[in-house]
Amino acid sequence: MLASLLGNPAVMIMTVGALVGIAATLVGTFLVLRGTSMLSDAISHSIVFGIVIVWLLTHQQSGPVQIVGAALTGILTVFLTELLVNSKRVKQDAAIGLVFPLLFSIGVLLLNLYAGNVHIDTHTVLLGEIGFVWLDTVTLGGYEVPQSLLSMGAMTLLNALFVGLLFKELKLATFDAALARALGFAPGVLFYALLLLTSGTAVAAFDAVGAVLFVAFVIVIPSTAYLLTDRLALMLAIGVAVSIASSICGYGLAVRLDVSIGGMMAAMTGVFLLLAFLFGPRYGLVAQARERRRQRHLNESRNLAVHLYNHEGEPEQGEENVARALREHLLWSHERSRRAILQALDAGHIQRQGELLQLTATGREVAREILEPGRR
Amino acid sequence: MSDHLHEPELALHVEDLTVSYHGKPVLWDIDFDIPPGVMAAIVGPNGAGKSTLIKSVLGLIPPIAGHVTLFGRPYRAQRRRVGYVPQRSSVDWDFPTTALDVVTMGLYGRLGWLRWPGRKERRSAMEALEMVGMQDFAGRQISQLSGGQQQRVFLARALVQNADIYFLDEPMAGVDATTERAIVNILRRLRDEGKTVIVVHHDLQTVRTYFDWLLILNVRVVAQGSVESTYTADNLRSAYGGQIALLDSEAFISRAGSEGRESGHDEAVDTGADRADAAGADVRERTS
Amino acid sequence: MSLAVLLNDYTLQNVVMGALLLGAISGVLGSFAVLRKQSLLGDALSHAALPGVCLGFIIAGSREMGSIMAGALGSGAGAALMVLLLTRYSRLKTDAALGIVLSTSFALGVVLLTFIQSMNNASQGGLDSFLFGQAAATLRSDLVVMAAVTALALTLVALLWKEFKLVCFDPGFARALGMPVLLLEVILTVMIALAVVVGLQMVGVVLMAAMVIAPAVAARQWSPRLEVMVPLSAAFGMAAGVCGALVSTLGRGLATGPLIIISVSVFVIASLMLAPRRGLLWEAVSRLRRRLRHQQLLTTLHRLALAHGDSHFRSEQGLLDGYHGTHTRSAMKRLAQRGLVARHERYWMLTDAGHEEAANILARMEGRVT
Repeated sequence: MLASLLGNPAVMIMTVGALVGIAATLVGTFLVLRGTSMLSDAISHSIVFGIVIVWLLTHQQSGPVQIVGAALTGILTVFLTELLVNSKRVKQDAAIGLVFPLLFSIGVLLLNLYAGNVHIDTHTVLLGEIGFVWLDTVTLGGYEVPQSLLSMGAMTLLNALFVGLLFKELKLATFDAALARALGFAPGVLFYALLLLTSGTAVAAFDAVGAVLFVAFVIVIPSTAYLLTDRLALMLAIGVAVSIASSICGYGLAVRLDVSIGGMMAAMTGVFLLLAFLFGPRYGLVAQARERRRQRHLNESRNLAVHLYNHEGEPEQGEENVARALREHLLWSHERSRRAILQALDAGHIQRQGELLQLTATGREVAREILEPGRR
Repeated sequence: MSDHLHEPELALHVEDLTVSYHGKPVLWDIDFDIPPGVMAAIVGPNGAGKSTLIKSVLGLIPPIAGHVTLFGRPYRAQRRRVGYVPQRSSVDWDFPTTALDVVTMGLYGRLGWLRWPGRKERRSAMEALEMVGMQDFAGRQISQLSGGQQQRVFLARALVQNADIYFLDEPMAGVDATTERAIVNILRRLRDEGKTVIVVHHDLQTVRTYFDWLLILNVRVVAQGSVESTYTADNLRSAYGGQIALLDSEAFISRAGSEGRESGHDEAVDTGADRADAAGADVRERTS
Repeated sequence: MSLAVLLNDYTLQNVVMGALLLGAISGVLGSFAVLRKQSLLGDALSHAALPGVCLGFIIAGSREMGSIMAGALGSGAGAALMVLLLTRYSRLKTDAALGIVLSTSFALGVVLLTFIQSMNNASQGGLDSFLFGQAAATLRSDLVVMAAVTALALTLVALLWKEFKLVCFDPGFARALGMPVLLLEVILTVMIALAVVVGLQMVGVVLMAAMVIAPAVAARQWSPRLEVMVPLSAAFGMAAGVCGALVSTLGRGLATGPLIIISVSVFVIASLMLAPRRGLLWEAVSRLRRRLRHQQLLTTLHRLALAHGDSHFRSEQGLLDGYHGTHTRSAMKRLAQRGLVARHERYWMLTDAGHEEAANILARMEGRVT
């Protein structure tokens, strides 16, 4: 049973894809919430440098040494970025955009110079080869287990442990770093640990999806979840679900169209994001447009009540508190004035007295509450 | 409606204006007028919509309802007659430009498309810098100016616009006493030349010494008119609500407080001392 | 190879000209992007160019520069629009929006790239060279397109100079003056996509981010005026381009793109360290000088007090100036802020803490001498 699953390329590819997504989501959620998403972009590019350096030193292409060594380059990137920002000469975003291309360029050059015939060519660096993950296996307990499955599984477990054990600390450090510091939770250390794990995950995911596509899993999936919920735990859960769905849909489509599997999986995360952006129950474009419209109509009728209240009983009341004034003084369109008046009539805020629009007691109360909120 | 003049004898005429910020109205159905040739303050508690009001008048935030005219015409037709000083914190002062350059920007509207500012523009900008006492800093990079100096540069940029009506958003926030006095003197001179000056102001203590017209704002217009008739405990209380305890002690009784503040800055000692005294006396006279 | 031979080399000529064009356009437009705090927009737009490149290829049916550039420009503009929509109409922050657009459009590009490969089109060769650029493959006809794009962008910047400047510095004021701020911002953004298009061939989509940011950051160090900064930024970009192109001829298999990025990064590091006033080294030196001046002033006052046998001895400002041969007022003010001296009119005296500090300094100096 297990052997047949492990021997099934499709299952292995989809599992590795889902694991990349899940591991990335676990750390990416906090990066997105902190507003430091683009650091993951920088990290995933810079680790190319680390991977090449470690390969030059140890001639190891995978395994824990590779992951830890390259992950340290991720930290180096963040450190250099912060160094630049702290010099006050360069803003944060510019600093990110200065550091990672340099490290990436050095990495690529070293590859050009020394690694002409290794399997890490510049192409794989960017795109990964998730389609071949089942070919590269190690023997574990009598089973042929894909190398990527092992490393991704380990990173997922590690990330899950980190997030699980330090959930409330991470939550506090993300939403209120000052308070976290005051309580002695060292948000800076937590943040660096988070980035170290992000780097490690990027290295582990490298063979599968490459540097750039990894960014999709770190940023897009948590962003999708963020558009769907306000609760952190739920955000993580949705992230896991989207990861699995992206992996399965991406694989299916890629096989059918005969295109890059990793690319399709990453593109699917974009599709899910787009769906959440458009149709999210509360923050989606459609829901928001409806809410804004409702708010606008409500404000129009409240605006009418305030206008009538302001001019009530004044000498110019006959000129101001009539339908025509809405068009000439408030510069509302005919339709808008009509809508506001009908709505206010329906709500019982106003009544007609010939030409004059007269506030009812309820309408007066509405206006008063807006203008003098401190009264009650 | 935009063709014939609407209330042309008023510098600023605002009618039934409702403005929202992030979809939520902050000013509801506001009516007010400001006659020409006054120095007017707009005051109100935080979040009362003071800056929003100015921005809406200048067409930076489109209103939900109502309309605004300047000397009888909408803002779009009167742009050339308006000078504007935004909040100092609204720009990045690390931008690579000099004080003179910033002042020259006030002339960009008049220059029109495709034309670069020339010697004539630089000369007017220099004159404006002289008016605010900043001529020695013309070539200085703006990040190397103090807060008060930056504010004066912003004021000079509005002066060079040579407008009939000036809008200033918190020009006295976070500046030293010398700068504050210099700004007030320049604004007074503008008023004496018959121009209209409208200032969003945060410091109730100085309202009566600096201004002659007052608009008290909190979601609605609480009061408007000449300072003598408008600056009353009742009006302020109804605008500031709970914060009135603080007001009672500071704005109405404190002479010592304002004096202490003046002499706290050592630069104030040289020229402004006697004027500050006179102003202080003024406060005392009116309060008693 | 001698320099003369190098300069006559057809390929090298093309590479150098391409690098000059790229340096000029990205240096100029990058300045505005960095000043508008949109540094990473170049990164997003360049990654987003990939699907456009593929679409251009599919539509044209061959690796034809014009249609590929049009495709890249189109998808770049689309990506910029998407970033705008996401930041304005959702709760996502700018950086997340940039990351989303960057990674998903790149993913789409990868999918299209493999789709083209699976069509088994013979002419598809080298399409993925746009990932890292392939400067050596630049043709004269490519250069003509790149030159036209660069000329267009630079002309627009020259014509709309003061408008762009004001929109970058103070958009609110620009709007109050009646400028069409949104339109100008759109033009600035779309022109970044133009720079990306020129960079595709030279450095590729992945490294383009640095070409937008680095020359501008380096130039900003040297000048406090936009009128100087922008041409300087273009000069840095062009110089880095030529350096990268020349170095790549030194060894086989050295890619031009990464070398250009490394050159421009060297410019940035040098500028950050050495530039007068804003340079870090400059700052360190002047801080050291300030500290020495403070120590001198403290010990002077201390010695004067000792000589007069009065620890509250007051020294006049002018006397201190004359003694040290320079204006000391601002230094004295700083010392006063630290609570080491106190002022009475034009006179200064050491506080108790000041005496202690001065004595420490003297002790340390003597310790070093003996």
